[in-house]
Amino acid sequence: MAHFVKKRGKSKPAISTASLPDIIFMLLFFFMVVTVLREGERKVRVVVPQATELQKLEQKSLVNHIWIGRPIEKFQSTYGSKPRIQLGDKFANEYDIPLFLEQHKIKVPEVQRPRITTSLKVDGDVTMGIVSDVKTSLRKAGQLKLNYSARPRQDNL
Amino acid sequence: MKNEINAGSMADIAFLLLIFFLVTTTIDIDKGITVKLPPWSDEAPEITRLKTRNVFSVLVNAQDLLLVRGEIANIDELRENAKEFIANPQKREDLAEKPTRAIISLKNDRGTSYRRYVEVYNELKAAYNELWDEECQRLYGIPYDEDLPLAYRRAIKEKIPFVLSEAEPTAFGEEN
Repeated sequence: MAHFVKKRGKSKPAISTASLPDIIFMLLFFFMVVTVLREGERKVRVVVPQATELQKLEQKSLVNHIWIGRPIEKFQSTYGSKPRIQLGDKFANEYDIPLFLEQHKIKVPEVQRPRITTSLKVDGDVTMGIVSDVKTSLRKAGQLKLNYSARPRQDNL
Repeated sequence: MKNEINAGSMADIAFLLLIFFLVTTTIDIDKGITVKLPPWSDEAPEITRLKTRNVFSVLVNAQDLLLVRGEIANIDELRENAKEFIANPQKREDLAEKPTRAIISLKNDRGTSYRRYVEVYNELKAAYNELWDEECQRLYGIPYDEDLPLAYRRAIKEKIPFVLSEAEPTAFGEEN
């Protein structure tokens, strides 16, 4: 018994913190990889509707986004309060869509091009008129894979 | 004197960076209802006569009200009604002959709100998803999901194809 007491008295019970930076760096790199810095400024206000039958969009590089909503307050004096389309970081019209699609397409390897999906991020309060115009434009441009972006519905779980 | 840089503050620096990335990160998974649009054609579509019993027409007007097969309907009943129409378990005379003949026709006004449109589309898609799931349980004893082998999925979709035809919207209630 005395043997143990003696030993404990001698050792210094300090946990080595030398590996702490490494652990923190690992976490840091994880978050750096996961982080997607927002591409461009959001110029329209979009609150997507809720739905239950959702499917994930797998590959981010194969997705292009079209935003439809009312301009945020800052831009209402110049662009009015009517729902507008935002492509990339600019306000646009439906006839700008083919060019926008083409610009995205050239960055994608040719084999993957048929899998390109357009994600429509549309505010729930927008009426279908502008959405139909966009859909017609997409059909004319041959972009037929579409995804109505939505949030999962909470109350139904 | 030791010839070493003190690495004690390294953790603090890393923590700072970590917290910065934690705050800026938005792990938002892009989710939504996937839709396949019909290809555009400049020619007027061929008019095909369909038996009325095979068509499940859904109209959504600018006031977000529903008209299903000529009757005012509630969104809560849409899924069950659509399912019954497609599968027609009781072999009723006024519902689809068989799932491969069933056509759901969706039409909306330009003034219909996008929220209502997505709700309706979601219900119709849910009806098909539930039917596929039931069929999958019956045939293979497993639930229907995205990871199902392609051959199984094809077999099910051949039996119950997803046919949703969208008409050009009518120009009512467009907001200014």
